[in-house]
Amino acid sequence: MSIRLGKKIPIVREYETVAEVKGPLLIVEGISDAAYDEIVEVELPTGEKRKGRVLETAMGYAVVQVFEGTTGIPRTGTKVRFTARTLEAKVSGEMLGRVFNGLGEPIDGGPPIVSGVWRDINGDPLNPAARLFPEDFIQTGVSAIDGMNTLVRGQKLPIFSGSGLPHNMLAAQIARQATVRGEGEEFAVVFAAIGIMYDEYLFFKRFFEETGALKRTAFFVSLADDPPMMRLITPRTALTLAEYLAFDLGMHVLVILTDMTNYCEALREISAAREEVPGRQGYPGYMYSDLASIYERAGRARGKRGTITQMPILTMPNDDITHPIPDLTGYITEGQIVLSRELWNRGIYPPINVLMSLSRLMKEGIGPGKTREDHANVSDQLYAAYARAQELRQLATIVGEESLSEIDKKYLRFAEAFEQRFLKQGFYENRSIEETLDIAWEVLSILPEEELYKIKDEYIKKYHPKYRKKRAAAK
Amino acid sequence: MPVVGRIVRIAGPLVVADGMSGAKMYEMVEVGEERLVGEIIRLSGDKAFIQVYESTTGLRPGEPVYGTGAPLSVDLGPGIIGQIYDGIQRPLSVIRDKTGSIFIRRGVKVPSIDPNKKWHFVPNKELRVGDKLGPGDVLGYVKETELIQHKVMVPPDTHGVLEWLAPEGDYTIEDVVAVLTVPGVGKKELKMHHKWPVRRPRPVKEKLEPVEPLITGMRVIDTLFPIAKGGTAAIPGPFGSGKTVTLHSLAKWSAARVVVYIGCGERGNEMTEALLKFPKYKDPWTGRPLMERTILIANTSNMPVAAREASIYTGVTLAEYYRDMGYDVLLVADSTSRWAEALREISGRLEEMPAEEGFPSYLASRLAEFYSRAGRAVLLGRPGRVGSVTIVGAVSPPGGDFTEPVTSNTKRFIRVFWALDAALAYSRHYPAINWVMSYSAYSDLVAKWWHEHVDPRWKEYRDEAYNILLREDELKEIVKLVGTEGLAEKDKLILETARILKTGFLQQNAFDPVDCFATPQKQWAQLKTIIDFHRAALRVVEQGVPVAKIRERLGKLLRELVMVRYNVPNDKVEEIYKLRNKILAALDKLLEEYLVTAGR
Repeated sequence: MSIRLGKKIPIVREYETVAEVKGPLLIVEGISDAAYDEIVEVELPTGEKRKGRVLETAMGYAVVQVFEGTTGIPRTGTKVRFTARTLEAKVSGEMLGRVFNGLGEPIDGGPPIVSGVWRDINGDPLNPAARLFPEDFIQTGVSAIDGMNTLVRGQKLPIFSGSGLPHNMLAAQIARQATVRGEGEEFAVVFAAIGIMYDEYLFFKRFFEETGALKRTAFFVSLADDPPMMRLITPRTALTLAEYLAFDLGMHVLVILTDMTNYCEALREISAAREEVPGRQGYPGYMYSDLASIYERAGRARGKRGTITQMPILTMPNDDITHPIPDLTGYITEGQIVLSRELWNRGIYPPINVLMSLSRLMKEGIGPGKTREDHANVSDQLYAAYARAQELRQLATIVGEESLSEIDKKYLRFAEAFEQRFLKQGFYENRSIEETLDIAWEVLSILPEEELYKIKDEYIKKYHPKYRKKRAAAK
Repeated sequence: MPVVGRIVRIAGPLVVADGMSGAKMYEMVEVGEERLVGEIIRLSGDKAFIQVYESTTGLRPGEPVYGTGAPLSVDLGPGIIGQIYDGIQRPLSVIRDKTGSIFIRRGVKVPSIDPNKKWHFVPNKELRVGDKLGPGDVLGYVKETELIQHKVMVPPDTHGVLEWLAPEGDYTIEDVVAVLTVPGVGKKELKMHHKWPVRRPRPVKEKLEPVEPLITGMRVIDTLFPIAKGGTAAIPGPFGSGKTVTLHSLAKWSAARVVVYIGCGERGNEMTEALLKFPKYKDPWTGRPLMERTILIANTSNMPVAAREASIYTGVTLAEYYRDMGYDVLLVADSTSRWAEALREISGRLEEMPAEEGFPSYLASRLAEFYSRAGRAVLLGRPGRVGSVTIVGAVSPPGGDFTEPVTSNTKRFIRVFWALDAALAYSRHYPAINWVMSYSAYSDLVAKWWHEHVDPRWKEYRDEAYNILLREDELKEIVKLVGTEGLAEKDKLILETARILKTGFLQQNAFDPVDCFATPQKQWAQLKTIIDFHRAALRVVEQGVPVAKIRERLGKLLRELVMVRYNVPNDKVEEIYKLRNKILAALDKLLEEYLVTAGR
């Protein structure tokens, strides 16, 4: 069993005084020393055992939340054992290459994890004074990310998707291709599948097997039909392992959490069962803090070689970015990669809506010595030009393309080339950052040089295809 | 005699204890065997409701609760500047060194100010034994950093006759530096530090009208929507609209003497960024490292929620303390929405009747109390001095909806509104301050300063630029129907000038070494050149020259005009005026040629 008992309260106490069963909650009477957050074991008269934890404790009663749900629990004859421990998971370097349930118990038929240490799955907050600022460029091989929304080691960068969009493909591609240049070291991948469908799980498993990435991946799986509480535990168990791999073993870890929407639905479900005052759209008022307790478990720290980079995936309900789940996520994470249904419908993979996407830590990870000196300027120019082109496209649908000026028409051609050559790439296509930037220059050269107002003259002279060709011809 | 009670109930950060009769409202208490820090937020019979500032995991009913007899307070004295504190003034770097862990463990007790460090104290030469001293009177001076001369003052609640004043020398904050005889009480020893309750504003003699701008170096703020010293501003914006970058720019470049930056429920990396980067940046006003004037308060989103509530008060009390020394202090609170959510969470646990969206009904009065602690004031004590606290509060409206309770209530108590706009941010127009939705009630008040220090035509030019931008906004609606070609030439010129204003003036790159900070003189030179171009071009257009012709002929010069923000440093402003003359000359030439070819 993977949930170990803690140290603080020495004695296990057993009660048979369940006063009330309500939703996922049991109210146990007669106990006056239940610890807040203590783990309990519930034994049904049938001998079946379930786990739970103390949500509220007082003189004379304790409120217990049962992880597996309360279905079939009778008020009489149920034994509730207070284990004197908090929720812990056993973590170990051996866990790479294996598949676990949300509690960290192997489910791949392999041997149990023998060595390892027990850690509280809730973790402790990283001290801001002990953090180091993330600044190492991760090359994902995807132009829209590397060129315009650069990921750095220690960042938390979510993918905002919609149902039916290829977020799983993109996440898999990133997990396979991500490297820090010059180091050649591959990431250890901690993968938490939260309430996903079985076929999605199979997709990832097969993909990692085929690409040989499985041996450096630890899989934590809770499926869509598991009880909601398991969905809340799974990412925490996974992150506990990630912290161990990064800060104890010194590995660079990429954590993929999918799908955080399922997580939030579980949070709402449990909150409603507890009869809490709801916030926006029925989600609990503390959802921001709760999500932060997951997303903030990423970063670099002083004196530690390893890092944790997080890539949570969420599907925006009805593609609405103002929905509380993407909204609160965006306030916590360091940017977002937004997928677009419109691009996907036009056959563009990866369908990244670059205008709505953002990487807050990009500026730290790019530039001379990291990527290339012109990177920041080129990226800004692509944004500005594509944003202008999008406005003009809208305008053109109303007034017709012929009412646009010559320059404006060039912007439309730029946008087309940008989508077809820069954004679009193959599922197995791994572009270096130089390739990405050169493609960017190619599409920017459609515009007149005066329009490139975000790029310094020296870079135009050095990298603009026109001047490069001249130089090549001169040689 | 402080009380000792017993825990009877625990629900998240809320703990209820009995046996607490004799405890006071807002008294600080220590909870459980680990003595976690908490604060009493409701009293009922002999029961006290306590919000605990650390994680309550593992706490059990029956454990003790110790009263301290004192309200939640901060420790004030030299050694605060340059620190990074959590929400209840525990120095995070000291916690890190003491625990040797990269994580914050609970129950750690560390002093807020280093008690062992020696400071060089220079007594106030004006004072004589037998002088009657009152609140705010300066006992002596300590050089806290190169930028901050710390004034050791008589605390606001103390009066007496000076009995003894320490001679010049090195002292710790625990050493006595003065002794007063307090009538009817006896002798009172004063040290270089004292405690002050965070929820009680520090008194001043008289509040003044904010008339002097707090120059921030950001053009869209200083020129279009200025903030005054002692003023209040809110900066709401959806995520990704560049709020943090804008706030960091304010903290870095504004002309405040002391900056208190509160990261309240925000990202850990942002505080780390400030902590690691500020020592490397130089204060543009003095050339010294920024950390010599900065205090950071970090209660990040994953740290205990209740301490978030306290962090705002901790920050504003520190700000008031430095104001009392006569400094202009800028307080940045990022984000007040997270603070309001902490109020909501505790209120929910107390089972109070919720108002809008679950927020407690006292949200508005708490916001009012907070923003009321801003102001420019004549301070207590001799020598006489004036100081200010300027408050800038970030707001994180869910879904970018400005009608939600925190934004709408905040708007009632602030006078500057910098509305961040996701659409601008998406096209990388930074700072993404929307010029149609934003406002400043100080632009008339601070005009006098600009007219005296920069140029007497400032207001006229500022208003003209503002009107061009507003007119462009209207024109864009028309363009959506008829396209740009259908506009009158005069209106096309408006679009062109607005484009230059947006790309060459309003946009500012916070990470470019030249562009990140513009002096008032540079701002004025840019503004004047753009508006003078517009006026001259308008005359040319009125003579029948099409705007397309102007763009064609002046394309290179206008690109140069847009690029002066990168290419002309603050000490070479004359370059901008040279460019202005070139542009005006080119327009004259264009008009001349046109009139010749048109045969007029």
